[in-house]
Amino acid sequence: MLKLADILSSTILFAIPLLLVALGGMFSERSGVINIALEGIMVIGALFSCLFLSFLDKNGFGPAHPILACLLAVGIAAVAGVIFSMLLAFASIHLKADQTIGGTALNMLAPAFAIVLTWAVQGQGQSTIVIPTWVRITEANFGLQAGEGFFSRLIFKYFYITTPIAILLLLVSVVVLYRTRLGLRLRACGEHPQAAASVGVNVYKMRYTGVAISGFLAGIGGLAYTVAAGSGFSSSVLGYGFLALAVMIFGNWKPWNILGASLFFAFFKILSSYSASIPFLPRFENIKSSEYIYLMLPYVVTMIVLILTSKKSRAPKSEGIPYDKGSR
Amino acid sequence: MSEYVIEMLNITKEFPGIKANDDVTLQLKKGEIHALLGENGAGKSTLMSVLFGLYQPEKGIIKKNGRVVHIKNPNDATALNIGMVHQHFKLVEVFSVLDNIILGAEDTRYGLLSKREARKKVLELSERYGLKVDPDALVEDISVGMQQRVEILKMLYRDNEILIFDEPTAVLTPQEIVELLDIMRGFAAEGKSILFITHKLNEIMAVADRCTVLRKGKYIGTVDVSSTSVEELSRMMVGRDVSFVTPKGEEHLGDTVLQVSGVTVPSRLHKKDAVRNVSFEVRAGEIVCLAGIEGNGQTELVSAITGLEPIHSGRIVLLGRDITRASIRERSKIGMSHIPEDRHKHGLVLDYSLGENFVLQRYWQSEFQNHGFIRKKKMHEYADRLIRQFDVRSGQGSFTIVRSMSGGNQQKAIVAREIDKNAPLLIAVQPTRGLDVGAIEYIHQQIIAQRDMGKAVLLVSLELDEVMNIADRILVMYEGEIVGEFDPKKTTAQELGLYMAGAKRDTRKEALA
Amino acid sequence: MKFLKKPGAVSCMASLLSILAGILFGFLLLIAFNPSHALSGLVNMTTNGIANSDKLAKVFYMATPLMMTGLSVAFAFKTGLFNIGASGQYVVGAFMAIYGAVQWQLPWYACILLAMLGGAIWGSIPGICKAFFNVNEVITSIMFNWIGLYTVNLILLNSPAMFTNYYVPQAPNTPLTVSLKLANPEAILPKMGMNEWMQSEYINISIFLAILIAVVMWVILNKTTFGYELKACGFNRHASEYAGINARRNIVLSMTIAGALSGIGGALYYLSGTAQYEILKTALPAMGFNGIPVALLASSNPVGTIFSALFVSYIQVGGEALQPEYVKEIIDIIIAVIIYLSAFALLIRGWIGKLVTRRSLESEEKKLSPAGKKGGNTPC
Repeated sequence: MLKLADILSSTILFAIPLLLVALGGMFSERSGVINIALEGIMVIGALFSCLFLSFLDKNGFGPAHPILACLLAVGIAAVAGVIFSMLLAFASIHLKADQTIGGTALNMLAPAFAIVLTWAVQGQGQSTIVIPTWVRITEANFGLQAGEGFFSRLIFKYFYITTPIAILLLLVSVVVLYRTRLGLRLRACGEHPQAAASVGVNVYKMRYTGVAISGFLAGIGGLAYTVAAGSGFSSSVLGYGFLALAVMIFGNWKPWNILGASLFFAFFKILSSYSASIPFLPRFENIKSSEYIYLMLPYVVTMIVLILTSKKSRAPKSEGIPYDKGSR
Repeated sequence: MSEYVIEMLNITKEFPGIKANDDVTLQLKKGEIHALLGENGAGKSTLMSVLFGLYQPEKGIIKKNGRVVHIKNPNDATALNIGMVHQHFKLVEVFSVLDNIILGAEDTRYGLLSKREARKKVLELSERYGLKVDPDALVEDISVGMQQRVEILKMLYRDNEILIFDEPTAVLTPQEIVELLDIMRGFAAEGKSILFITHKLNEIMAVADRCTVLRKGKYIGTVDVSSTSVEELSRMMVGRDVSFVTPKGEEHLGDTVLQVSGVTVPSRLHKKDAVRNVSFEVRAGEIVCLAGIEGNGQTELVSAITGLEPIHSGRIVLLGRDITRASIRERSKIGMSHIPEDRHKHGLVLDYSLGENFVLQRYWQSEFQNHGFIRKKKMHEYADRLIRQFDVRSGQGSFTIVRSMSGGNQQKAIVAREIDKNAPLLIAVQPTRGLDVGAIEYIHQQIIAQRDMGKAVLLVSLELDEVMNIADRILVMYEGEIVGEFDPKKTTAQELGLYMAGAKRDTRKEALA
Repeated sequence: MKFLKKPGAVSCMASLLSILAGILFGFLLLIAFNPSHALSGLVNMTTNGIANSDKLAKVFYMATPLMMTGLSVAFAFKTGLFNIGASGQYVVGAFMAIYGAVQWQLPWYACILLAMLGGAIWGSIPGICKAFFNVNEVITSIMFNWIGLYTVNLILLNSPAMFTNYYVPQAPNTPLTVSLKLANPEAILPKMGMNEWMQSEYINISIFLAILIAVVMWVILNKTTFGYELKACGFNRHASEYAGINARRNIVLSMTIAGALSGIGGALYYLSGTAQYEILKTALPAMGFNGIPVALLASSNPVGTIFSALFVSYIQVGGEALQPEYVKEIIDIIIAVIIYLSAFALLIRGWIGKLVTRRSLESEEKKLSPAGKKGGNTPC
């Protein structure tokens, strides 16, 4: 039973960054901009928030006020993500550049910049930013006794501030996308920008907004990934931004489906670390390093699901097409 | 207070390479229906886009009720109570009717959309003007006629007083056109002012009070409709006398070239079949015309015959050979030419040169390739011949990138390529859409020449004038079925309209048995 | 003006401008981090590649796989596909080559063919998914990058003969595969005496093979009916189907060829005798991803990739000379900036294009007879 709590707990832990970043990709694509730069945005968000956390750790503010410090770090990650994503927005909305080219450039830029800045801050060769231990929220933060029950394992085994924030942001995303003026206009711009423009919607502004929201969410996602991975930040998020793109497609550009897709993918992802302790899973005893089989699993399963659901998949109609005021 | 509600004075609007509007003046009185007449490319849509704030003119001013106004975007236009039904509907297909109507003019409460009031208003308006719509239906699921009603409701929802209709009748049946013109008269009677853009003279005669004519971006004049004639208007529009009937000799029927039996094609959009159990034949030396309103299965039927879409059941025979399952290339080899409906989607590779486009279906023939290598010299020689023969105008001859050519010349290039294939069957889908009168005449002549040379021609057209003008036989399609077969000499546009709208139908099993 | 009518010339100029701007940006970075060494850093960075023949040989050595993955990305681009899976195809190619060399003791040319086959298979799967199920090739390629990496690592870890301590029992257990000098010298690419002439172990025939392949790809794309079909599919899939071209087949073929090119890249790098494959759990080799900027910088022209790969390799070798005062990743920033600026270049290109179009439209308006001047696609 406790095993189950652990598995659920780490599934959620790894689903959170996917959820945040895929939601970000959704806002960008719903407004009409393909955001292949999610990976780079995650790196930038993680970079600045981790540097900030490590700074707070050293000056003593962090250990004294852990939750407040984490909230501030989330804010930093979001702002860094927004600023970085504006580079993509500028190239693809204003300059009408090929959106994959701009995104690729940013994906190259982010990790290189991260290494350069990490060295500059921490000194030569110090390429990993260590995450302080107080970032994890424990029962003690709420003045509770550490419990060993199912629910305390489920909640507190891996509890970071990013988890409740992500759940909150998911709910906000649903409301914004379907219940607000902004959401209606944003969706219109991704489907038929000329129609939106004809009723006075500023398509450029909407697309900038879509990309900015994606930067906001992916920046936080970068931090969420880094705390989940646990070993500190070393200038990379290991392809999670690209996985989030797959999750977004798998989730058919809809927030609830994206939640399901992230949980699905995260579950297969963490199976490799639990495979040894789950009795009914095959052992592959004759094979060395059989963990690679489980590492492959999430990608293979996602591939199969994508093929099976490809018929129903429906991307925003005008994504990837630069909007030109002149064209009718 | 000025006599005019809207005045556009001396408007000039340039695009790279063209003056779309050159010193154009248009004055609209309150409560009148004012027609704006001109050929395709005369600058009507540009002028209206200027009024609607989509473009900024280089020169000229706009006045509302005598006061100069600056319209920088559609919001400014809406604030001045100007509304527009665009020629190509500006509707988001995956949105509901209601969402489309409120888009850009949403009411919110506590930051959230509040649609209840909006729904009430839409239903009221729809009741009052007889514009029946279902507010919760998705736009992609409703008919073209209903989509137009949604566009009109968009204007009414914004309490617009100046209503622009850009080519509104192109997608309607004759009966629907009558209804629309009635609705327009009703608006005018209420004191709304209407700008009615069209190139159909009889509609102007039927409904408009005054008419302003543009030609090649220039202002030609404004006339009272009651004191003019169709002939005079057409002379103003084209700049010369036009014969509306292309001369055509007697038909000389030959053998059956294309035989379609019991063809059913599934739809990509709906669960229903797009084409249901359709049978007909086309013989050498005749022009058979598939008439009908857009979206009644013509596109899918042509896709099935040309091999772009697989069919569900039925049989297609070309020159005695069963091509039901044949590939596109095989059909082309057996003897099929195809002028496609969408020249940008199917007809041309816009980033290829004109020469490369001319060999699009023939690059593999030994004339143009040698052991897998393209014979560029031959290709350009061939292209130069077609350019001369069909008078295709382009900047750099056969090296011109097609994207940089005008729409009319792009279409001419496709027609040249398809006619020069010299295939026994020519399928032409809306070959004259968006072209000016000169180009239309030219293409009609070419199609008739093909028929006179003993080719079988299958023409798909939405323009009833065109259908009546050049067809030898007319088949009307409605909801995926052929509901009537007519001889153009023995029928009228009104009669066809009833069939196109589904109000009448023949059971024509015996006709083809 | 006439010179600018050639799209090739315009792309060339645009790329050169972005390169200049990128290096300038890099210089600013050097000043920002350590002003006292900035000038010498700039000089080192831009001249290290020709400092001596060994460095030049290293430029060629590093340019070879870049050229191949760049060609791979460029070739797929021409068919309208974004092959972000060059990394995975490169890994599978590298694996096939060294596995063939060590396990089956094959000679170098057989290893290259094997690598080509491996890369082709790895490229074809995203192609098939795209053509028949309409699954976005970007996503599939990314998935197959990881699947490829894990599969290769799994097989290598289960093949004891692939590691040094199989031959030298006292050798330490490393994640590096065995050196070919030890396991199968026959599989090392011929050096044709160039190693003595250039006094470098980095040089071998691979760079010439890569250039030859680039030229062949250019001929295929620009001169053959097959290239005509591929580009037609890339520009407009619907029109190519209308023309009777089998678009599905071409999508699969294009990705297969792209995969084969990346696979050869893996072979050429690891069969040099100087590189050993390192088993990493969490990272794909950068060579694959760096093919993307190489292709973009060359505007997807196969002949252009020869020069852009040499440039990227040159400046990366230059980056090594930046150490220890600076981090060598500054080079990656410079390359990223260059690619980002090439987005601006697109704008300039479009602007020049419009000028040319306006002239042609005007001449059309004046009813001039169509001039048959040559102005088609001339390569850069």
